[in-house]
Amino acid sequence: MNIKQTLIVIGNGMVGQHFLASLVASPVKQHYDIITFCEEPRAAYDRVHLSSFFTGTTAEELSLVEDGFFEQHGITIHLGDKAANIDRENKTVTSVKGLTISYDKLVLATGSYPFVPPVPGHDRAQCLVYRTIEDLVAMAAAAKTGKVGTVVGGGLLGLEAAKALMDLGLKTHVVEFAPRLMAVQLDDAGGAMLRRKIEDLGVTVHTGKNTSLITDGEQCINKMRFADGEELETDIVLFSAGIRPRDDIARACGLEVGVRGGIVIDDQCRTSDTSIYAIGECALWNGMIYGLVAPGYTMARTVVADLAGDAASFTGADMSTKLKLMGVDVASIGDAHAKTQGAKVYTYQNGDSEVYKRLVVSQDKKQLLGAVLVGDASDYSTLLQYCLNGIELPENPDALILPHRSDQSVRLGPDALPLSTQICSCYDVTKAAICTAIEAGCTTIGTLKSETKAATGCGGCSALLKSVMDSELTKQGFEVNTDICEHFAYTRQDLYTLVRVEQIKTFSDLLQSHGKGKGCEICKPAVANILAAQWNAHILEKDHLGLQDTNDTFLANMQKDGTYSVVPRIAGGEINPDMLIVLGQVGKKYQLYTKITGGQRVDLFGARVEQLPHIWKELIAAGFESGHAYGKSLRTVKSCVGSTWCRYGVEDSMGLAIELENRYKGLRSPHKIKFGVSGCTRECAEAQGKDVGIIATENGWNLYVCGNGGMKPRHADLFATGLDKKTLIKLIDRFLGFYIRTADRLQRTSVWMENMEGGLDYLKAVVIEDKLGLSEQLELQMQYVIDTYQCEWKTTIEDAAKLKRFRPFINSDQSDAHVIFVEERGQLRPADENERKHFKLMEIA
Amino acid sequence: MVNWLDVCGINDLQADSGICALLERQQVAIFSILDQVYAVGNYDPIGKANVLSRGLVGDLKGQMVVASPLYKQHFNLSTGVCLEDETVKIPIYTIRIENNRVQINSFIAHT
Ligand code: SRM
Ligand SMILES: Cc1cc2nc3c(=O)[nH]c(=O)nc-3n(C[C@H](O)[C@H](O)[C@H](O)COP(=O)(O)OP(=O)(O)OC[C@H]3O[C@@H](n4cnc5c(N)ncnc54)[C@H](O)[C@@H]3O)c2cc1C
Ligand code: SF4
Ligand code: FES
Repeated sequence: MNIKQTLIVIGNGMVGQHFLASLVASPVKQHYDIITFCEEPRAAYDRVHLSSFFTGTTAEELSLVEDGFFEQHGITIHLGDKAANIDRENKTVTSVKGLTISYDKLVLATGSYPFVPPVPGHDRAQCLVYRTIEDLVAMAAAAKTGKVGTVVGGGLLGLEAAKALMDLGLKTHVVEFAPRLMAVQLDDAGGAMLRRKIEDLGVTVHTGKNTSLITDGEQCINKMRFADGEELETDIVLFSAGIRPRDDIARACGLEVGVRGGIVIDDQCRTSDTSIYAIGECALWNGMIYGLVAPGYTMARTVVADLAGDAASFTGADMSTKLKLMGVDVASIGDAHAKTQGAKVYTYQNGDSEVYKRLVVSQDKKQLLGAVLVGDASDYSTLLQYCLNGIELPENPDALILPHRSDQSVRLGPDALPLSTQICSCYDVTKAAICTAIEAGCTTIGTLKSETKAATGCGGCSALLKSVMDSELTKQGFEVNTDICEHFAYTRQDLYTLVRVEQIKTFSDLLQSHGKGKGCEICKPAVANILAAQWNAHILEKDHLGLQDTNDTFLANMQKDGTYSVVPRIAGGEINPDMLIVLGQVGKKYQLYTKITGGQRVDLFGARVEQLPHIWKELIAAGFESGHAYGKSLRTVKSCVGSTWCRYGVEDSMGLAIELENRYKGLRSPHKIKFGVSGCTRECAEAQGKDVGIIATENGWNLYVCGNGGMKPRHADLFATGLDKKTLIKLIDRFLGFYIRTADRLQRTSVWMENMEGGLDYLKAVVIEDKLGLSEQLELQMQYVIDTYQCEWKTTIEDAAKLKRFRPFINSDQSDAHVIFVEERGQLRPADENERKHFKLMEIA
Repeated sequence: MVNWLDVCGINDLQADSGICALLERQQVAIFSILDQVYAVGNYDPIGKANVLSRGLVGDLKGQMVVASPLYKQHFNLSTGVCLEDETVKIPIYTIRIENNRVQINSFIAHT
């Protein structure tokens, strides 16, 4: 008989959960009943990306637990219940809520806690730490009333916490005891460069400061006093002065712990009691606590292997890191401080673009021992592979950090990596595993990620994963085809550049000079769209007419029965009673089905092609304009009433919405664009679900970008805060201009940004900091489009040649007899198949 | 059988695009692409509406096609066969230009 044993896991954090996920994937799972104690009110979540909570990621989105995981695998989880003590003699665990459960095997994954220096006043109001979602909620609450925030600790986590304080709109300080930032990872020069960059972002950095007291402030809630006598007024004090392993429960039951804490483990992650394992940040291996997820994950997998009777050992981990701190790339590899005997150091510093790089190589100059990169970490993957795999260095190692010239690239191609190379350290995915997955048909980053899990942890390996994928695909004969269609061997972005640089004004010119064949329904509208975005000629001009999708050709949206809908612009959703009456009259006269749309305007459905010009003539006479519901262009700027009426409104959201809608109306773009403007943070205009969202605050406008509703909703990202109107409009001009130039066809801003290398930070660098030097061009181009705006319908009804298209038949004035309406709720709608049978239909050949 | 019906003048054709003619009760979509004219049924058997004359035309793998504006299926302009589903076919008409007039043989050439 095979009786199951009981396995208890204390702690359901990142490593505890990784252990459970690895365990259920192993056959050894069947021998155990699994129980886990989770002190926090929710199951495991992604602490690494905790900061994104302040830019809109929800607690649910941070979850690391797949839906139904515990139920599906028969794991019992005791949420919000802390293991209080372990009785090793009787092999039981007792919880705070009073449960006592026997175990055969016990895994401690209790993580760590933030160290708070015992300065007098450290427990005053608004003195906080940064580790759990509850900590973040407390920070957000404190930030509501406070104006100044100070982080104690200038390490990795401290700088991340500082970013969070900035995102919360606080004046931010960082206080560091050491003489430089990120003292563990960086040398003096690297630390100094990082400091300059961070100060440029508006954070005040104080180094070499030892906090001696926290007491009542005068302007702020708190005041910090330093050993040198200086003082700093601050509302929030956020401690980020290192972590300490949570070994209390292990200590109490007599397990061996280190002098400075940490549960001592061997290479199999066993504690001094062979039935008990410890993994993650609570574990002390070879005198080391690893404060990163990847080593914790390796420990978790080691325990699963050990339980299964497989030989496996934890043999230490690489502590190299690459991060983006407040938009600044920082990376440190191996022996960054050149502690190895005889090590040689190369440094490269570029004052202009603020890049600092340092290489540490072995005495014989053959091996890379370590590196520091600040400002530009694009060489990280290459250098890390040299270091980890002991790959012999080129003759002049400094070539690796000098700026690359295109003709002499020394980058280590992914081909040079041995198959055993670990590409993703979080999930221990080797190059071999990636190649196997590619052979099995995973030919996109998305499928590769879900198949191998690579790049789904800290994300540090994404760039390397992509380069391995691309090179493997090319090698296996897959063509990485990004051509827009068979007629043009170019992407939309390439075509845009060709049109712009070669001043091409028609499709036929472009086809002749750069394409083949006659074109199709993919490239024609795409090129028409590019031409309109760049030169802004009327889309029904002779040269462009044949290129447009039917909606553009008839300046209206085709419905299922071949009739069209009519959507006049109602900027910001504001409409006076007279205009509203006109809409009613026109709807009534032409018997159109009338509906308020989801975009705060009115749609009139069921217009026959021949009716469109008549309807529009009346609408234009009354002062309406085309609403461009048919185009890949600006749709609506949704707004709330804002300060004009609303008791909470802090700015005139209505006025801004109308101004923006009028500014960008008619602009052609890769896909439709939607805006939202809210008068206060209650966000009645749902601006954070739009491509461009604007929310009024006491300090000015906050700009959000790349939100999306629709099929795959995406919360917009905070892009810039406290803007005046002029700056706001400038940033939107550039943002839209860059989108129009570089997005793929039919790619909304959300997907565009998500596929962009460097993501939001890169976009900020281009749009806000003008990294590519494009801003002036983009603003000028936008101004050109605005200056050449015409209401497409107005021009059309004034031009007999254009109107010729708006008749059902070239040789008859009859209407399409196949269009049949029936009545429902007092309005007309298309007849369905059944209803049609009751009508005598024209014969269909 | 030959029954040429006069439809319109050549200036009524839309270069690289379509127009629609009513022949008794049949709707015919007429496309003019470079020097070629094509005539096919206007009814989209998949979208179930008279819309093909309003579709975009072009070539796909060497075949001249119109893409339905409703659900984007392609129909071969010379054979009427739907590229996405070969069991679906639209009617094809014989068309000619005589003395600057566009004429269609009202008998469906083949279905
Ligand atoms: C009329 C309207 C529904 C309504 O009765 O309220 C509507 C109707 C259509 N929507 Fe929409 N959408 C309408 C608001 C929305 C909204 C709400 C909003 O704008 O706040 C959304 C979600 C927000 C967003 O876009 O992020 C929306 C997300 C979509 C999508 C999905 C887009 C995506 O990125 O996932 C499509 C499909 C597409 O564009 O590829 C779509 C496509 C369409 C099309 C064009 C489908 C089609 O090809 O026939 C519909 C034709 C419009 C017409 O005939 O006039 N419609 N559609 C709304 C018109 C708003 C307006 O005044 O212009
Ligand atoms: C803001 C932030 C950013 C970070 N960024 C990075 C990064 O970029 N890269 C990186 O590699 N690492 C990063 N880390 C570190 C990473 O989050 C940790 O290494 C990882 O969470 C460790 O996992 P763990 O399971 O050991 O500990 P935890 O995730 O802390 O989980 C331990 C869990 O056990 C619970 N627990 C403790 N005692 C008990 C008990 N007696 N009974 C029941 N439950 C108990 C705790 O409440 C906790 O939920 C970051 C951490 C933070 C806070
Ligand atoms: S967002 Fe809501 S609360 Fe704020 S001004 Fe607009 S309507 Fe008022
Ligand atoms: S290394 Fe962290 S996700 Fe791959």
